[in-house]
Amino acid sequence: MEYQIQNIKYQISNEEIKKIIHEQGIEVASLQKSGQDVYLIRTKPLEQEQNQKIQKAMKEQLGEVSQLSFETVGATVSRETLLNAVKAVVLASALIILYIAWSFRQVPKPASSLRFGICAVVALLHDVLVVVGIFSLLGHFFKVEVDSLFVTAILTIIGFSVHDTIVVFDRIRENLKKMIGQEFAKIVNQSIQETLVRSINTSLTVVMVLGALLIFGGVTIKWFVIALLIGVISGTYSSIFNASPLLVVWEERKKRKVTP
Amino acid sequence: MKNPRLLSLLIIFLGIAAALLAIPQSPVKTLPYQLGLDLQGGTSITLEAQMQEIAAGNRNDALEAAKAVIERRVNFLGVSEPVIQTAKVSESYRIIVELPGIKDINQALEIIGKTAQLTFWETASNVATPAAFTKKTSLTGSDLKKASVVFDPKTGKPQVSLQFSDEGTKKFAEITQENVGKPVAIILDSEIISAPNVNEPILNGNAVITGNFSLKEAKILTNELNAGALPVPLKNLAQRTVGATLGAESVQKSLIAGAIGFLLVALFMILFYRLMGFLAVLALVIYILVVLTIFRFLPVTLTLAGIAGFILSVGMAVDANILIFERFKEEKKWGKPRDLALELGFKRAWTSIRDSNASTLITSGILYYFGTGIVKGFALVLAIGVLVSMFSAIVITRTFLRLVYKSV
Repeated sequence: MEYQIQNIKYQISNEEIKKIIHEQGIEVASLQKSGQDVYLIRTKPLEQEQNQKIQKAMKEQLGEVSQLSFETVGATVSRETLLNAVKAVVLASALIILYIAWSFRQVPKPASSLRFGICAVVALLHDVLVVVGIFSLLGHFFKVEVDSLFVTAILTIIGFSVHDTIVVFDRIRENLKKMIGQEFAKIVNQSIQETLVRSINTSLTVVMVLGALLIFGGVTIKWFVIALLIGVISGTYSSIFNASPLLVVWEERKKRKVTP
Repeated sequence: MKNPRLLSLLIIFLGIAAALLAIPQSPVKTLPYQLGLDLQGGTSITLEAQMQEIAAGNRNDALEAAKAVIERRVNFLGVSEPVIQTAKVSESYRIIVELPGIKDINQALEIIGKTAQLTFWETASNVATPAAFTKKTSLTGSDLKKASVVFDPKTGKPQVSLQFSDEGTKKFAEITQENVGKPVAIILDSEIISAPNVNEPILNGNAVITGNFSLKEAKILTNELNAGALPVPLKNLAQRTVGATLGAESVQKSLIAGAIGFLLVALFMILFYRLMGFLAVLALVIYILVVLTIFRFLPVTLTLAGIAGFILSVGMAVDANILIFERFKEEKKWGKPRDLALELGFKRAWTSIRDSNASTLITSGILYYFGTGIVKGFALVLAIGVLVSMFSAIVITRTFLRLVYKSV
């Protein structure tokens, strides 16, 4: 449960605020100062009466205090958010594989479009893991929390990571048709080189916009924007360094199996 | 092949129209922008219906009935544009109530959350202790025709007057006849609100509850009785209040950030792609205006995350343009004449544009399906952004480019 208090009168130390809340019998999990007079306080889920008691105590001891926002989420809702998140990621991955398999169906043999789809999704899952991993570190060391907005960021990253991977795959598809007979690895390499500028530019514009949002935007979505930022950068990296090489390795192994 | 000049004119016209429709203080008659709770401030409460006592077949009906009761109660609060939705999440039946502008969550919960089952109980003895009332009568709040606030002519204190339906009048007459000289308890949920002695049988179906009511309490009780009892008790699952100042400040900051982001992208495009970049920026401006107009008139409820999503889609909109430009440059490099290079650029870039945006659309769809409230809003914003950006790149940028490069 999170709530913000705006204190207008004088400089208060964090300890004082914690003490006031402790006196009401409630433990403070974390207290952060955000902006000039705004404090972000996290505790275990509170009942409305407890919240009122805290507010009253604050008003008595600190003067002008106004509660900017109060949010409490029961256990059932949070469990279900997590479950939905996992379901959504799985579903999105499956649908994307199918879509790519379909749209790349004219890829000339021996390349299989299903392989393209799976490699793209592996790259995307890599991006998701990167973001989740970083945030779990942040959570451990800096008490950064993840909420349903974070899940939204993850799903957006999924959509966007494939964006970038497809830029490269599309070129591979085209070169496969043009450069018939050449070694698969060579074709992929050429494709990556040709699309490098394109790939970086498209991600660059998104990074610029997110950067502006991060620096100048509202503070409540800060972590949401950071998650997106990490995801987009990782997405660009993964199309070049994960998806494509995976495609090549898979292809080579398939070849080795056929010709003993 | 359409005449690029004519098309360009049409597009510019579209842009101007969108501009007029999208700006906040518009000279043209428009709807206001719909702001989500986190932007305009207010309270959101998620209630879960405790369906244990209700047969599985009746549960959906019970939920709908509960929703109707809540709607009536919320009207009492005088909230402008409350949003009340039902949702079923696996086995849990929920009602989500959003009250913009309400800061006092306490009062909101009081009014909305109470089951408000009114029952009448008899006692065997003459004493009005809570334990004494053991016999529940068949008279309940649903036999009530109307409840209203009246004032005791002698003391001026507020009281609640009950007017029973025909059925209720009969029952009440019976009860009062059988209990002359004894107290009858009026119980709301599990609290006795009044236990008056019956002086004489009441046959006209009118009764007055005299408790120690403040005017406010009397009004709340009257409202609850009139709105009807909740057919099933509701438990508070989650709640949120957001102050309006926080919302307004966040919006402002995010809009500034969006503007800066846009400027950065514009600069980049012009520096990197020169004339083409400039045309892309023009197309981008029209894109932004068109999307804003759609948000306004669909309408799409804007939340902070939604605004972030919109700003994100601006970055992605440029995407399609870059794909086209890079392809155009490449074709020229391979020796194709300018006209042909341009057309080939579009054609070959289209497959990438289509496929890469498709994946974003797929995830938007999933987000919309699985998400609630804020997440849904974000998904909608993203989807609209992507669709319009595809249109913007294929139609607008292409027309502008054709206009410039064909005539040269």
